[in-house]
Amino acid sequence: MNDIRLQSQPDLSYQDEIPADVRTEELLVNMGPQHPSTHGVLRVVLQTDGEMVLKATPHIGYLHRCAEKIAENVTYPQFVPYTDRMDYLAAMNNNLGFALAVEKMAGIEVPPRAQYIRVIFAELNRIASHLVAVGTYGLDMGAFTPFLYCFREREWILDLFESACGARLTYSYITIGGVRQDLPDRFADMCEEFLDFFEHKIVEYNNLLSYNHIFIQRTGNVGVCPAPLAVAYGLTGPCLRGSGVKWDLRKAAPYSRYDEFEFDVPVGEGRFGTVGDCWDRYFVRVLELTQSARIVRQALQKLSPGPVEAKVPRSLKLPAGEIYSEVENPRGQLGFYIVSDGGRSPYRLKVRGPSFCNLSILTALAKNCLLADMAAIIGSLDVVMGEVDR
Amino acid sequence: MLVYERKKVEYHGRLGRIVALGTALGRFAGPLLLRMAPLIFLAATVGVILFSWIVAHFVNPIVPWLIRDIIAITGIILFVSLVSMIGIWGERKISGRLQSRLGPMRTGGWHGWAQSLADGLKFVQKEDLIPRSADRLMFRLAPYIALVPAIAAYAAIPFGVGWVYRGMDASLLFVLAMLGIEVLGVILAGWASNNKWGLYGAMREACQLVSYEIPMCMSLLVPVMTVGSIDLLELGKAQSGGWFDWLIFRNPFIFLSFFSYYIASLASCKRAPFDLPEGESELVAGFHTEYSGFRFTIFFFAEYAAMFIVSALATIIFLGGWNSPFGDLTGGPLWFTAKSGMLIFIQMWVRWTLPRIRIDQVMHACVKYLLPFTMLLFVGSSLWQLFISQTYVAFALFLRYVLGAFALGILGIVMVAFYVVWAVFGYMNSPLMVGRLVRKHLPGA
Repeated sequence: MNDIRLQSQPDLSYQDEIPADVRTEELLVNMGPQHPSTHGVLRVVLQTDGEMVLKATPHIGYLHRCAEKIAENVTYPQFVPYTDRMDYLAAMNNNLGFALAVEKMAGIEVPPRAQYIRVIFAELNRIASHLVAVGTYGLDMGAFTPFLYCFREREWILDLFESACGARLTYSYITIGGVRQDLPDRFADMCEEFLDFFEHKIVEYNNLLSYNHIFIQRTGNVGVCPAPLAVAYGLTGPCLRGSGVKWDLRKAAPYSRYDEFEFDVPVGEGRFGTVGDCWDRYFVRVLELTQSARIVRQALQKLSPGPVEAKVPRSLKLPAGEIYSEVENPRGQLGFYIVSDGGRSPYRLKVRGPSFCNLSILTALAKNCLLADMAAIIGSLDVVMGEVDR
Repeated sequence: MLVYERKKVEYHGRLGRIVALGTALGRFAGPLLLRMAPLIFLAATVGVILFSWIVAHFVNPIVPWLIRDIIAITGIILFVSLVSMIGIWGERKISGRLQSRLGPMRTGGWHGWAQSLADGLKFVQKEDLIPRSADRLMFRLAPYIALVPAIAAYAAIPFGVGWVYRGMDASLLFVLAMLGIEVLGVILAGWASNNKWGLYGAMREACQLVSYEIPMCMSLLVPVMTVGSIDLLELGKAQSGGWFDWLIFRNPFIFLSFFSYYIASLASCKRAPFDLPEGESELVAGFHTEYSGFRFTIFFFAEYAAMFIVSALATIIFLGGWNSPFGDLTGGPLWFTAKSGMLIFIQMWVRWTLPRIRIDQVMHACVKYLLPFTMLLFVGSSLWQLFISQTYVAFALFLRYVLGAFALGILGIVMVAFYVVWAVFGYMNSPLMVGRLVRKHLPGA
């Protein structure tokens, strides 16, 4: 682990070789909180020398909404809508993470139909979230068109969600004990129709963006994150897998019947550069689109009639104690740490947001790179500020 | 079933009546004009001939020179405005279609034809903002330094024989110089607005200028050397006849130099993939970050005017200028505009397809690859030239007509045909091209 380059001062030794009258000073630039490629309200203070970025320091907290403190004042079912608003691009997965943690502590048995519906929606939401990631990454690179193609497909997924739960962004559909209501008629057919359409489109994204020579030039060998560094910073999700580490909670510690499905865990291979560069992190997401579609198809086959919600007492009280439960979100591992004193609301609730941990590596990656590479690196980490700040 | 219906909009007041009138006109005239396009082209040809005849026999001998100049300059400015407005609208429509959207559809009643007009009106009404820390004089001056050379360059561009405001024996040099001055406005804008992102944009533009300018001029030198003149009128006249007389089909080196010129010209008018000075995902808006309202419109105008200029240069020097591809036909300016419009369309197509290049890659590509490449073309073309005019005349003619015109012409025609077939195929096989505006597969929606 000696090759870990932790955060350090930029190397300015070359300045000594420059004569004093031509020596220049660094320029401090504020990138954000309102900047097109910081994906929300991230603020990065850049120490630049011309186009070179010597050091990048992220500043967060512009979207802090005290979600963890709010949790102490509301009951467990009441907190479900707050989880929607953390990673608002993958609200289903957030619901699932919280519901699993509470169910594990309360010992609630979820009926099988609800389990499969949860998997279907979690994976559909993973597709929707990755579509945003892939599309906006193209946007960061200056390619506008893939973005709208991705959003066209995402729109269809949102329609599916709308038909099931009435909401398009913050669903609160997966609740403690199951899902809120059963699927509408013909849902399986509509889902199949979407997947048939969608799987062909992935080829189009690859032809238009992934294998574009300019795109590869912009992302290959940029922001290289070797596997030890990724592990040391606690990266999870596509960022970790992009560095070549085969770690996916759905395989490593299956929850919600993920062990019944066949799927692969794609990892970065350094096809157009070094393992762990921006292109790898990007392409892992593209590959996961296919895998998620595979899981959805299998889950649709396994659906059988039955109840979709377990009996949960109206005033749910958890036994005194604590629990930590993690799920694999589109952006990484989302963890809920619940401390209960036996009451109707948690004594303390701590959320491990994957975006927060993934963002911490920014300073280490964005060192001695070009200004244009900042957009590439931030985009490849795919942070959602709602989850970073909570 | 969810269907996005078009709402009936009501207009009030005097401006409202104008808008309503324009909308009604667009609804009525738009489809009509589209269906009668060949007829309109014929009518325009007749109009062009009539206009030249009237100018030659009545205006030129009778009207004094000052008034003639004023009329001509007004005409040029009107043409530039028209090019910019149609360009902006066309860009939005084309980008919309490429992205499976519709683009502007409402303003003006027919495919949003009045969208850029409405945008212009909106921009004029906006608050006049100058940052407190900006250099006020320079800040105000910069947009005009960008726009005026762009318009001035039109003075030397021949739209046809006799269709040039000021013919000069070094008009190519003049147009290139004007394109070079335009960059100064951009650099000044970035510097004067006293914004770090603006400064980055300006410095990138300067950096890009030194990279693309040399390969661009070098690749123009190849055809210029073949003809032996830098008068655009002479260059155009040298290509009269059919498509096989166009300079691009003269020899393989000119054929290749057309493409290197086209790449460099994209950089020259800050179009993607070379839109670094305003690269929005990196530099917010680059050199025009602090500009709003009317001044921003002027930058926009200048960009589209420059797009037409570089396309016009490519048309005159490589693609036969005002000469039609089927022998000597009339209506020169129309052919000229159509060819330039085609090149502008390709510029837009490229812009909405490719990602942006990094600044070091721009310099790398221009200086390390494009520049030696154009130099090789230059040498090759001079050898070819020497070969033709000197000793082996018969073999040279054989080369000139069989290898040069015939093979390259066939290659060009195959490329154009491929493009047309591809476009038609894409258009016929795109049931989802305009997105899923009508969605009937949802019971809940």
